[in-house]
Amino acid sequence: MSNKLLKVNIHKELKEFDLDVEFELKNGNLGILGPSGCGKSMTLKSIAGIEDPDEGVISLVIDEETTYFDSDKKINLKPQQRNVGYLFQNYALFPNMTVEENIGIGVSKDNQEKTVPEMIKRFHLEGLEKRYPRQLSGGQQQRVALARIMAYGPDVILLDEPFSAMDTFLKEQLRIELANSLKDFDGFTILVTHDRDEAFQFCNELIILDEGKIIAKGNTYEIFENPKKVQVARLTGCKNISEIEIIDDYHLKSHDWGLTFEVSEKITPNITHIGIRAHDFSAAEKDEVNAFDTENSTKMEMPFEWEVTLSNGLWWKYEKQIYDHEFEIPKYLKVNPKDIILLE
Amino acid sequence: MMDWSPIFISMKTASLSILITFFVGLIVAWLLVKIKNDTLKIVLDGIFTLPIVLPPTVVGFFLLYIFGVRGPIGSFFIYFFAVKIAFSWPATVIAAIVMSFPLMYRSARGAFEQVDSNLLDAGRTLGMSEWKIFWKILFANALPGIISGGILAYARGLGEFGATAMLAGNIAGQTRTLPMAVYSEVAAGNMGEAFNYVIVIVIISFIAIFIMDYVSIRKERQWK
Repeated sequence: MSNKLLKVNIHKELKEFDLDVEFELKNGNLGILGPSGCGKSMTLKSIAGIEDPDEGVISLVIDEETTYFDSDKKINLKPQQRNVGYLFQNYALFPNMTVEENIGIGVSKDNQEKTVPEMIKRFHLEGLEKRYPRQLSGGQQQRVALARIMAYGPDVILLDEPFSAMDTFLKEQLRIELANSLKDFDGFTILVTHDRDEAFQFCNELIILDEGKIIAKGNTYEIFENPKKVQVARLTGCKNISEIEIIDDYHLKSHDWGLTFEVSEKITPNITHIGIRAHDFSAAEKDEVNAFDTENSTKMEMPFEWEVTLSNGLWWKYEKQIYDHEFEIPKYLKVNPKDIILLE
Repeated sequence: MMDWSPIFISMKTASLSILITFFVGLIVAWLLVKIKNDTLKIVLDGIFTLPIVLPPTVVGFFLLYIFGVRGPIGSFFIYFFAVKIAFSWPATVIAAIVMSFPLMYRSARGAFEQVDSNLLDAGRTLGMSEWKIFWKILFANALPGIISGGILAYARGLGEFGATAMLAGNIAGQTRTLPMAVYSEVAAGNMGEAFNYVIVIVIISFIAIFIMDYVSIRKERQWK
């Protein structure tokens, strides 16, 4: 095992807000999740050297340390001198070059003969060598873009919203492909996305960015299970969020839904909101804990779930089989006290 | 007997001037795209575009002022090289360059700006030198626009009249280009002679446009 570390600590003034990002990555892949325009892409571009931060340090250790950027020491390596691969949202394949020319562009003349066919084979692009990017499907374009990056042999791969411009079907297929292609890569990967599914699927470490500030950082599973903050809960896909009033250590009243809940964790004074995921409700009897009635709710049928909107504004998603078209909303619903997420 | 010299003079003038206009226009366009200061950009753009906005005689007036025997550059050449620029063949080239430059420069700049900046950044992260990025990505992808700029500039240089008349005059066998010859023949009442020159200009212009269009259409087709 070699000694690896990617250190990023940057500050940049942007038009609407200041970007402050600080993290250290020891191995594997990091996800940066955030709404569009939160500074995610700017962070990636700073690491690649396409944009310059105002202040800070970016350095990469692979056995020995290379400083990419250091505002105090006035170091700022050109993108050409950093060993970083960047997968652009639109792939940025060179339209005037064939597939093999695109793949070979970052490789020295002597190695082209060996590397290019190797990459063509590895990314299943046989027979497409002489095609131009416009003659390829979205999936093939992505593979060429990845092959081009891999041929260059980077230490860090940056993925900038690689699936955001695609339809759902292609997206799911390409996610699997991308995950497979990156499996053998032993450098760092950073994926930037606004899609929580992508972040969850690809990354074992996660940073959540909002208006240029990190609002959550850590293990992906832990952040999804316990988002702690309202914005984090929202970005990890929590549909029901309400402001609350604390009644006692284990009871609270939600303002938005007009319901009183019991929770399993002690409520500290900094808790201002709760979140309940749309899947966490179940049918109940009248007198059970955290049960409430479902009068005047509306239901909508989706292929694999029923979406129920209660009159108080709560969302409930109930899984179903595709051939089930009948569904009676239970008279009462409940939520398990341990499924109520306390938020500050 | 028709005098062939205007044809040769025009071909020589248009060819040399397009060679210079093309490369200088390309480089100036690239530099302007790279400038980040908006005010500087607008001022420079104004200066480089002025020749197509001003009446050609006004441009010719300025050129005469600069390149004439008493002008700063004109007197310099006379003093150091004993060469008179104004009313000699090089003057036709200078007039053609200045008048056709804005067309080349503006087309190239527009074409450069159309190229997705991600392509350039992708080239940088793949370790390509800035020189290689310029030729292989920026220039190559802007080529159709650059070629059409070249066509326009060539045609403009070939047809240049006003500024040429001011700076180079209308000396038969020296500075009498095709448009000058057409004017002179008509002025002398030789409509038949003028007609011959007109035909030559139309043919040359058409061939030039045809060749360049053909090249740029083929290039675009190839990538699609």
